[in-house]
Amino acid sequence: MRDIWGMIGRRLLLGLLTLFVISVVIFGATELLPGDLARELLGQSATEETLAALRDQLGLNDPAPLRYWHWLTGAIQGDFGVSMATKKPIADLVGARLGNTLFLALYAAALSVPLSLALGVMAALWRNSVFDRASNALALTSISFPEFFVAYILVLWLAQSGLFPSMVRITPATTFGDRLYMAFLPALTLTLVVTAHMMRMTRAAIINLLASPYIEMARLKGMSPLRVVLRHAVPNALAPIINVVALNLAYLITGVVVVEVVFVYPGLGQLMVDAVTNRDIAVVQAIALIFAAAYVLLNLIADVLSTVTNPRLMHRR
Amino acid sequence: MSDYLTRGGLSRRSLIKGATALGAAGLILPAGVRRASAEPKKGGVFRVGIGHGSSTDGYDPGLWDQLYVQTFAAARHNYLIEIGADGNLVPEIAESWDSSDGMTWVFKIREGVAFHSGKGLTPDDVVASLNHHRGEASTSAVKPYFDAVTDIKADGQNVVVTLNAPNADFPYLMSDYHLPVMASADGKIDVTSSDGLGGYIVESFEPGVQATLNRNPNYWKSDRAHFDQIVLLSILDAAARLNALMTGEVDTIDQVDPASIGLLESRGVAKILSISGNAHYVFPMDARAAPFSDNNVRLALKYAFDRQEMVDKILAGHGSVSNDNPIGPANRYFFAEMEPKTYDPDKAKFHLKEAGMETLEVTLSAADAAFSGAVDAAVLMSEKAAAAGITITVDRVPNDGYWDNIWMKKPFCASYWGGRPVEDQMFTTAYSAGGAWNESFWDNARFNELLVAARSELDDAKRREMYHEMQHIVSFEGSTIIPMYNNYVMAVSNAVATPEKISNNWNLDGFRCVERWWFA
Repeated sequence: MRDIWGMIGRRLLLGLLTLFVISVVIFGATELLPGDLARELLGQSATEETLAALRDQLGLNDPAPLRYWHWLTGAIQGDFGVSMATKKPIADLVGARLGNTLFLALYAAALSVPLSLALGVMAALWRNSVFDRASNALALTSISFPEFFVAYILVLWLAQSGLFPSMVRITPATTFGDRLYMAFLPALTLTLVVTAHMMRMTRAAIINLLASPYIEMARLKGMSPLRVVLRHAVPNALAPIINVVALNLAYLITGVVVVEVVFVYPGLGQLMVDAVTNRDIAVVQAIALIFAAAYVLLNLIADVLSTVTNPRLMHRR
Repeated sequence: MSDYLTRGGLSRRSLIKGATALGAAGLILPAGVRRASAEPKKGGVFRVGIGHGSSTDGYDPGLWDQLYVQTFAAARHNYLIEIGADGNLVPEIAESWDSSDGMTWVFKIREGVAFHSGKGLTPDDVVASLNHHRGEASTSAVKPYFDAVTDIKADGQNVVVTLNAPNADFPYLMSDYHLPVMASADGKIDVTSSDGLGGYIVESFEPGVQATLNRNPNYWKSDRAHFDQIVLLSILDAAARLNALMTGEVDTIDQVDPASIGLLESRGVAKILSISGNAHYVFPMDARAAPFSDNNVRLALKYAFDRQEMVDKILAGHGSVSNDNPIGPANRYFFAEMEPKTYDPDKAKFHLKEAGMETLEVTLSAADAAFSGAVDAAVLMSEKAAAAGITITVDRVPNDGYWDNIWMKKPFCASYWGGRPVEDQMFTTAYSAGGAWNESFWDNARFNELLVAARSELDDAKRREMYHEMQHIVSFEGSTIIPMYNNYVMAVSNAVATPEKISNNWNLDGFRCVERWWFA
């Protein structure tokens, strides 16, 4: 068990280093964008005079490394600073959106993970059957369409008939039940998009194991096929499954801007796109860091869990 | 166009009558759809889905730039002067205004009006609100309006504004959406406060997402602000906006995609409001750079494409042809009788020959950031121009950074204007020599001279003549191709009632739908 804690500690440190490198990269990339915040704020109506005045007010005239240093030292103390465009604390700006994004991601995960694991196990169990073929075909079809297309189809079928709302309006007064109801279509869209990956990985990992001698042994002992799969195959297939689930969870947190736009869902993705077009660099960096942290953290969890389920990984030489 | 011709004749006799007729002509609705305006009813939650809005939206009036903040401002603020649905000036916070010489303007400030916070309005608040847009440190987009202002001071219940030259249209400028009357302390307005004089009080505002406002129980206008609550939602995706209206999530949307108008109408759940105004799409050419420095080249390009085709294909008919004229049919001095330009490759060739050319090759930079359909419009132009020996290479550029890297940087590009209620405002902003947004870098001596003269001319007939001449100069010597006026196309659910006349000076009933409309 101590080995596990040691590994977690090492991974955390490496994760922090990764985040630091990412922050430098993000800062460099935002510096490369044409135009600046003052330009974007004033838009078509900018004149040299008003631009200069606004740039001065916003502190855009400082050299880039200095601005980066200020931001980084703030971020380490948990203070992401103030949005240059709105003068509001970034923590406030990002906080509510992060909550929305996590809610949607967890909602979609709660639908898609059990669904794809169950489908994957069943497909492995009855491999090459009509069920296997049909579920594969369906999952592959839904992943092959672009997200917005899946979303519009769902709107056409489920929203225009009045079953579910086509847009999500979350206010502080919204109850949990209402949230689940309103966010159903975006969650279902995401479920359709991520299910195929997890399901096929589950199926492949289990089928791979089913050819092993110990499974043969279990069968020879007269176990039912279901018991063979659940008791003997699944525990050994968990490592790759956990990894693919973690990857998809990270995707659900970071990659859903298209779905957010279609369903007018106030999540982090939209905020980031907004911040990029407005050159609100501090907000872009904060969100990029959150996204990077989500990847690092989920990968860490996946690593730990797969090690726990498969202790041999600890002693790899 | 013939509509405007006859009605333009009317407006000659009586300005107000004419403007009224124009407003009516602009309201193109299928027969039977237009609701007879019954007495407005109070109540209901009015939800508007707007195709703009960003997380950077705020309360600083100098930075407002798009429909979301404009409508949000109209809901919670009052202005000195309002532009009525028929285009004339309506007293709002200024009860009356007067000037003997066009240089010293006296605005009498309404008494007994209070801000949402309970603070009573004083003329000092008005002075501070205007001063926010003046001076070195101001970041306001309308700072140039105040270049001519030498002094603003309170005098009893009046606010006196002194200009350095006469300007007969100055009260019109005071209706600009950047100039709400805000509460002041120590001569400064608080640009982080939502406090205002308007019909609705802000309950919550999440920039780029939604704003909720409740009716101001102490609103001084008894015949306005009929809804109990309004919700302004930012819905950037055109399809999502349409869906929201069709599924009853919102009551009104703006910027209906021309391609979906037919679909929406066939559904019968909503009606389309298509309002012709002064908004127009433009293709400015850099008049300083060859080959556009030669007016013959510019004329050749103006005759080398089919304007009507552009209206039909790019706007799906929801607009009208413009004769390279930035002054629109909703303006008072619109020159409707100007000889129209039709698609005429021979004439284009003739002008090319005049310029000493056989063929012409130019590059047109366009992105849909300029206006929706800009790239398609550029391609249409390029196709038609080929017959006149003009090769237009369409350079499709990214939306992101368009106003930074392309507009006023490339010699030939696409752009748009929301239209201005005042001729002088439009001309000064985009066509006067040295104007900050003179996107074609055009400089015409006669035009510049007329511009100054017309501004201070107090005789209406003479001004009309001057503005007509200026429109003719811009059209035939200007360096901007203006193919069409685009209608404001909105859709409202059947439950929404609107006044007989909908303002055509800006989108969403001059941003005032929140105040003027009601639930039937």
